[in-house]
Amino acid sequence: MKKIQALVIKELGSYFISPVAYVIIFIFLAVAGFLFFQILSYFNVQSIQMMRYPGLLDRLNLNDMVLFPFFHNVVVFFTFLIPVLTMRLLSEEKKLGTGELLFTSPITTTEVVLGKFFSAALLILVMLLFSFVYPLVILIFGNPDAGPILTAYLGLFLLGCAAAGLGLLTSSLTENQIIAVISAWGILILLLIIGWAAQSVGPTFGAVLQHLSFMEHFQSFSKGIIELKGVVYYLSFIFFTLFLTQRVLDSQSWR
Amino acid sequence: MIEVENLTKRYGNILAVDRVSFRVDSGEIVGFLGPNGAGKTTIMRILTGFIPPTGGRAILSGFDIMEKPLEVKRRIGYLPEHPPIYNDMLVSPYLEFVSQLKEVEAKERTREVRRVMDLCGLTEVENRLIGNLSRGYRQRVGLAQALLGDPEILVLDEPTIGLDPRQIIEIRELIKNLRSEHTIILSSHILPEVEMLCGRVIIIHEGKIVAEDRPEHLQSTLKSSDRLFVQVGRAGPEVPESIRRIPGVISVFTEEKIPGGYLIDLERDEQKVREEVARVIVAGGFGLLELKPIRMSLEEVFVRLTTVESGSPEEGGKFS
Repeated sequence: MKKIQALVIKELGSYFISPVAYVIIFIFLAVAGFLFFQILSYFNVQSIQMMRYPGLLDRLNLNDMVLFPFFHNVVVFFTFLIPVLTMRLLSEEKKLGTGELLFTSPITTTEVVLGKFFSAALLILVMLLFSFVYPLVILIFGNPDAGPILTAYLGLFLLGCAAAGLGLLTSSLTENQIIAVISAWGILILLLIIGWAAQSVGPTFGAVLQHLSFMEHFQSFSKGIIELKGVVYYLSFIFFTLFLTQRVLDSQSWR
Repeated sequence: MIEVENLTKRYGNILAVDRVSFRVDSGEIVGFLGPNGAGKTTIMRILTGFIPPTGGRAILSGFDIMEKPLEVKRRIGYLPEHPPIYNDMLVSPYLEFVSQLKEVEAKERTREVRRVMDLCGLTEVENRLIGNLSRGYRQRVGLAQALLGDPEILVLDEPTIGLDPRQIIEIRELIKNLRSEHTIILSSHILPEVEMLCGRVIIIHEGKIVAEDRPEHLQSTLKSSDRLFVQVGRAGPEVPESIRRIPGVISVFTEEKIPGGYLIDLERDEQKVREEVARVIVAGGFGLLELKPIRMSLEEVFVRLTTVESGSPEEGGKFS
């Protein structure tokens, strides 16, 4: 456990000593800010229009018209940033030869994988904390329901961790960071759009595909519902990817 | 203590290490000598548990590397060929981190890090980014990392590579001082270094041990073995031919640089053979100008052992 902690501290240190963390957080906040501004302006236009029809005014809802679309749009960009965070975690160890220290130290591959994963998870948490300024604006100047904001954040965090697990897996497979990030993106895109095929393959298999979709489960989180199947999906996805990563590392020292 | 038995490593069709067996007692420094690609690094990687062997056993401090890898790893300090350093870390946090990996007690940690920094002369760069350090300092950081936690066994893959002559002397002194309480395996290309540091030398070639002895022995075994230099006035193909016919002569080479010069490998440097060589040359009327025995440096021993000469494939067999 102490060694996992040591690894986490070391990795977080590397994120913040090199500009990687700052750049990623900055870009994430900039893009999220742009989205937020656009959605909020659109909401303004709509509310002015609705002024003319007082009957429709109670349809104006900050949760539905601002926060839901905001999360809905931000989540895609967010998902694609995660593999950039994780791409170097294991591939670099291999490339720089530092793996030779890590894997000849009295530390198990499971501890290595967990240490790397937790450091990515903590960085994701930091990213999400910073992005909280946008909902905070709504909370201060409006009166939205706070519940869906929190569940959306829980959803973002789980989804981010799942993407980090996947990123870690691809990073363990190669010593090239570009290959690691591109293959993680490929799998992520597939997981994002896999639901599209649902209509054309019949009801049973369609439902399976629907459930595999990365976004599908986030929907309910952003609507304020914590669904057990969503939580289970993300947690088992994390477990599965970390397990595979550990196997990959183990097998590499066996070849 | 290190005991290695029939260690074998195969990469696909390539046999990188071929049934290597040796033993290193506590407090001994053993040097691995061999050309690039001989399998030195592979053996070291197996001993440190970085890669598994295809066959054979390695027991370090009483633990089998295959069965109890963590126990072995607790007792080993390893400096790989490329120092395993993170460029985006400062020197002392890096050593802190490694000491945590190596299970140095929390309250001892600061003192331990200071100790290895003093030993390796890193105190003046402790707050610098490793990535900005010179090659020599990076190598020293790598060495410092291996010394953390005071492990029983040290495995050092070319510890003085990339250092300037003054640093090389410092590091050699350091390794010498570690000798008493550690078991050390080091590999090197530099023969005088091995000669100076190691109680025993293992020469590895193409994955096999071709010779194993004390450095001064190794030299003297071959020193007397053996070589004569002759220079004749009238060189020709019949010169080597007639010399080769003398019993006790293994082979004859033409010395390119000296006209009429030949190098003669003998089974033993016996006076009888030397006399016979002189007699044959004189009797053949080749015009004997010079005849002298040649002493071999460890360098030449090394080259000779690791160069497969045609006609004598079992060249090194007699030593193993």
